[in-house]
Amino acid sequence: MAGRRWPAVALESVSKSYGVGEVAVHALRGVDLRIESGDYVGIMGASGSGKSTLMNLIGCLDVPTSGRCLLDGLEVSDLTDVELSYLRNHRIGFVFQSFNLIPRTSALRNVELPLIYARVGRVERRERALAALAAVGLADRATHGPQQLSGGQQQRVAIARAIVTDPALILADEPTGNIDSAAQRELLQIFDDLNAAGRTIVMITHEQDVAAHALRTIHLSDGRIVGDERRAPLPPAPLEAAA
Amino acid sequence: MNALESMRMALQGVVSNRLRSLLTMLGITIGVAAVIILVSVGHGSAVAVQQRIENLGTNIISVSPGGFGSFGGGRAQRGTQSAVTELTTKDVAALQNKASAPDVKSVTPVVNGTSVTITYNGQSYSPSQFIGTTPSYEEARKSPVEAGSFFSSADEADHVSDVVLGETVVANLFDGQNPIGASVKINGHAFLVVGVLQSKGTNGFQDQDDIAIAPLSTTQDLLTGVTGGLSQIIVEARSSKAVDDAEAEVTSILTPAHTSNGIATFRVLNQASLLQTTSATTHTFTVLLAAVAAISLLVGGIGVMNIMLVTVTERTREIGIRKAIGARRVDVLGQFLIEATMLSICGGVLGVVVGLVGSRFTIVGVQPVVEAYSVVLAFSVGVAVGLFFGIYPANRAAALRPIEALRYE
Repeated sequence: MAGRRWPAVALESVSKSYGVGEVAVHALRGVDLRIESGDYVGIMGASGSGKSTLMNLIGCLDVPTSGRCLLDGLEVSDLTDVELSYLRNHRIGFVFQSFNLIPRTSALRNVELPLIYARVGRVERRERALAALAAVGLADRATHGPQQLSGGQQQRVAIARAIVTDPALILADEPTGNIDSAAQRELLQIFDDLNAAGRTIVMITHEQDVAAHALRTIHLSDGRIVGDERRAPLPPAPLEAAA
Repeated sequence: MNALESMRMALQGVVSNRLRSLLTMLGITIGVAAVIILVSVGHGSAVAVQQRIENLGTNIISVSPGGFGSFGGGRAQRGTQSAVTELTTKDVAALQNKASAPDVKSVTPVVNGTSVTITYNGQSYSPSQFIGTTPSYEEARKSPVEAGSFFSSADEADHVSDVVLGETVVANLFDGQNPIGASVKINGHAFLVVGVLQSKGTNGFQDQDDIAIAPLSTTQDLLTGVTGGLSQIIVEARSSKAVDDAEAEVTSILTPAHTSNGIATFRVLNQASLLQTTSATTHTFTVLLAAVAAISLLVGGIGVMNIMLVTVTERTREIGIRKAIGARRVDVLGQFLIEATMLSICGGVLGVVVGLVGSRFTIVGVQPVVEAYSVVLAFSVGVAVGLFFGIYPANRAAALRPIEALRYE
């Protein structure tokens, strides 16, 4: 049972609504979803279909109104604030549509940030941050601030920041939404490589050609899953492959 | 996250908005400086007053005619003005009796000459004080001569027309010449200048060098009249500790002869108790000043809180990002608390500098005397105030839910 004992993500009849009573907005209405570790899942849907809400729940940024949300078999709602912080730090890497780099802070420092919160020592931190920047092809831009980088470069810094703590799960919320098509190809290549290295990727997008990179696509509409298509077989887990 | 990293982040927060940080610091700076300066002014005036009183001698009791209610904690007997009986040289003799007043070291009678004009070489000058007394005045009032000599007891007994002048009088009459041995006219009578007093400067109320001292006998003969009573009797106790005993002896000796309807007609003023009272008064004054200054420190603290709240609101999104990548509550709390503390420490340091520099200048006639405790207190209270008022904004930042913080535009 090694390797795939727990799904990376499991949602069980998860609902999420904002507000109460008449004005309540039901962002998710009973979603059941299993994402195996090592998978590359594209989540598609019109705006307002609940994609971002789903992403936030998976990323432990938000809690469901009802239903269960499990990460690697851990029930998220049972976790304390500190445990959630640990999870976000070590198990999950976030990539946002608007990059969300800390302003006036160098690329290296931005990438170091999760390691600072993980209490990694100075020397090791620098090494790992530089390695992560090198992995996204930005080793030569380490000292640049976000303002000095193009959109595509900023997003690559954001990816470096997401992978620097070596999380198993990468969550990307329309990562290519604000980026020109040349940079978009580079970015998607990075995601493909990350997946090939065994990381689970969940990516929100509304572009077909972006979704085409995913091994599995899920369509959301009005807070429900309306389509679930496997485009390519799940790769063997690296652990099993090594064994 | 270690302390160094927290500080680095906080420093970045402070530096990234320099003007705002500076203005925030200014609040604390002004508060701390105000506390230091005002306490120094209060303390400076206390020191000045005490010095004046100590200059008069802490073992001194002064007895004056009349009873105008209590003053300065002296054991004053109440009397009415009509009941005043004057103090005379007989009282002086009675007080000099070692048997009935063992704690009295010396007794010095004093008469004050009024509207006295000294003339020398066509120059005339009216000193603000003209005193007729005995040689023991020199020691009792701590008025040693600088040049020449004080007149002797024999001179006093012989009604010799000698005079000792203060420096202000000398400066006004002699224009740089040596006054010793010069003959001056005092209200038309010839006097020989035998000595010049050491300068004592001002006591805050009057120029203590604007004085002329002549023998009691001569003064009474020529200027105030023999029948007039003494203006004051200065009693010197054996030591500062014997002052209370000496005062009791003085009171018991004088009471039989100076009582009207059971009420004493003289006042006894004890310098030691005067000193205590004035130091209590000036202490209250200092505390009051410090309280006023403390209010500005409080206002400075509120300034820190205000700016930190703005900062937290402004950086809500950043806080959301930090939380999304694994910052814990304590990390965010620490970052903003350290930022607030940094602002108040910088403001405090600046305030100490401004306070110390400001205390070097004379303020409203008082030379401030910096007290170490006020510097330490002002600085630590300043930092504590900044920290205290930083808690609420920092807590607010730490309590932000990541999803809401991230959505914040």
